[in-house]
Amino acid sequence: MKQDISKLLQKKKKNILEDWISLQLADAGLREDLMSNDELREQSAELLDALLQGITGDNLADFNSEGLSPVYEILAGISISRARQGFSPRETGVFVFSLKDAILKTLIIELANDQQALADALILINKFLDNLGIATFETFIKGREEVILRQTDEISEISTPIIRVWDGILALPIIGTLDSARTQVVMESLLQNIVDTGSTITILDISGVPTVDSLVAQHIIKTVAATRLMGAECIISGIRPEIAQTVVHLGIDLSNIVTKATLASALKYAFAVLRLDVKRIQKEK
Amino acid sequence: MRIVLIEDAMLIEKEQDVVPFRNRVKEYAVKIGMSVVNQTKLITAASELVRNMLKYAGGGKTKMEVISEGRNSGIRLVFEDNGPGIKDIAQAMKEGFSTGQSLGVGLPGAKRLVNEFEIKSSPGEGTVVSIIKWKNG
Amino acid sequence: MDRIPILRMGNFLLVTIQIDLYDRLAINLETDLVNMVNKTQAKGVLIDISALSIVDSFMGRILGNIGDMARIMDAETVVVGMQPAVAITLVELGLELKGVHTALNVVKGMELLRLKIKDLDTGEEEDEEEEEIATNEDSTD
Repeated sequence: MKQDISKLLQKKKKNILEDWISLQLADAGLREDLMSNDELREQSAELLDALLQGITGDNLADFNSEGLSPVYEILAGISISRARQGFSPRETGVFVFSLKDAILKTLIIELANDQQALADALILINKFLDNLGIATFETFIKGREEVILRQTDEISEISTPIIRVWDGILALPIIGTLDSARTQVVMESLLQNIVDTGSTITILDISGVPTVDSLVAQHIIKTVAATRLMGAECIISGIRPEIAQTVVHLGIDLSNIVTKATLASALKYAFAVLRLDVKRIQKEK
Repeated sequence: MRIVLIEDAMLIEKEQDVVPFRNRVKEYAVKIGMSVVNQTKLITAASELVRNMLKYAGGGKTKMEVISEGRNSGIRLVFEDNGPGIKDIAQAMKEGFSTGQSLGVGLPGAKRLVNEFEIKSSPGEGTVVSIIKWKNG
Repeated sequence: MDRIPILRMGNFLLVTIQIDLYDRLAINLETDLVNMVNKTQAKGVLIDISALSIVDSFMGRILGNIGDMARIMDAETVVVGMQPAVAITLVELGLELKGVHTALNVVKGMELLRLKIKDLDTGEEEDEEEEEIATNEDSTD
């Protein structure tokens, strides 16, 4: 009897596809801006093909059976690409759940004469498609996480530019939170830059760091210590009033480090250390 | 799940063994594509531990493993000696504590340089230290 | 027994460590350097560690010791060319290399030594220089 369901569905494939598409098109969450109707039809047909080819009467209840792996692969591909394209979880969910509606509708019509068989089939198909729904969300979230990870990498790269402000003076404005992974990246690229340019003074500007707690201070102190070991001096600039307050309230000792309020005053200090003098040129009368 | 891909061992009996041991560790670290900074941290930690082994137990056995877990791979090192053992591990792991004449950064310092650090020891039973440094981490 | 060669350049002693040292070699270096400082009355010691791929707490202690010993014999020590990875590791390990100065490379290390020695020997000259600057400023006003 179970055999009947898969055979039945395969026979009614065309109907199911049409129902499914129209259900999707009718949904308020249809994103014609992100995907054309033709594309949608193509995706739907591909998934339904794989699904109806994959299911046999036996594996409907067994989600891990091998016959179904192409279905999951296609579904994963679709939901990951949707996550990247910016579909919402609901819009992606509708894609799978409207398929359920379409299949159930067909079953109800086809098995109208046999209530018992209909009930069995409904339960089975419901479970099966719910599982597909869960798989969709899992891969959808995975896709989103990949996006987030990539952005994190990009942000940490973009937000730590090392600028050669003068011969022998590097400036590194830090924007955003300084965690240990980021400190590692900052330290590595800073020290390598110091070696490459032979700079003896580095200005670490933290005016773009939202809060300085003891952990962040620890990271700053470590960076300063490492630059000193290399034989360069590290000045911290951009100490905002609220940062000064928290630093003192937390009892963080920055007395071994040269700190300046602004990048300008740090640069002035660096000039003094390098025995450079900046003068305004007097206009000749 | 952790899989051991390569296994290697080396006996440490004298201080001249330290440099070849470090080079062997480095070879494996380079093989799995570990960054220079992480390589340096791993080798420095290994150097601290192998030196402890020589100093307090007169030598011992080292085991090197290339391991993988999911997409991440790393190096696992085990240092095993039959020395006098450590009476108070908590104290030995404390900053600035040393029974010998050293800076007392060896054990706690080594721990900070790696991702996983495990020490088992009791007086008279010898000491086993096991460390893992992941390629990305 | 292997030894690390120590070069003499005027007032300075120059050591380039080209290989990873095992402990005995490092201890020998410490002894040899201190003896050389005494023999040559050197005022500065420059140690190039750019070829060292690691500095562990033992090597760190040897470098610190050399610095401290040289200082009480009236010589300044500068360690040059530390690799970035080594510096990061040392910080994580908790070593600061107290007792020695550091510089990026040999050239900068030599400059630093000259400056340190001049500061010590001819404090007066420095004062004169400053006065000169002061008078210059006066004249531009």
